[in-house]
Amino acid sequence: MSAVTGLVGDVLVAAAGAIATLTAVVLYRVARGPTMQDRVIAVNVIGSNTVVIIALLAAAFGEPGFLDVALIYALLNFLMSIAISKFTVERGGII
Amino acid sequence: MTPTEIAVVALAAGGVFFTLVAVVGLLRLPDLYTRAHAASKSDTLGAVLALGAAALSFGAGVPTVKIVLLLLFMFITNPTAAHAITRAAYDQGIEPWTADEEGER
Repeated sequence: MSAVTGLVGDVLVAAAGAIATLTAVVLYRVARGPTMQDRVIAVNVIGSNTVVIIALLAAAFGEPGFLDVALIYALLNFLMSIAISKFTVERGGII
Repeated sequence: MTPTEIAVVALAAGGVFFTLVAVVGLLRLPDLYTRAHAASKSDTLGAVLALGAAALSFGAGVPTVKIVLLLLFMFITNPTAAHAITRAAYDQGIEPWTADEEGER
């Protein structure tokens, strides 16, 4: 599959760049966040934004193989959030 | 421009806008629970719109099916993860922010 050229490809790459810039700003909440759950939520947002960036770049460069990476990343991101929120509570009554 | 290109550009712009709203909420809101609100709703909508743009630009085929499955997965699991984290915070005894304690954010 060939890469998307022209305006649409530029728009997809620009959207990926904008989301990457916004994701870098979220690192402030990871560093600052008063409680640990603040940090976990910020890391969760960073992970889901990373999935979106990978999918947008896959569409812009015409590489369907990147989508498998994005899918696995989304699975691991969800498992990370659930596992951290389960094992930080005393008896783990989350699930 | 074809209608598909217009739809891709509009969806990508909407995705970036709602991600911006989520990031502003994550940085500016006063409390863990309000931040989780911003992260779960705005960020999920932004991710869904941006993934819709990627799916439309691939055209018909197997990659589009993969992106739509990814979209549905994120649409379900992103609020679920935020809910689990928030419930863990509540079980640990973190008090919600109220309007009484001004000046602290």
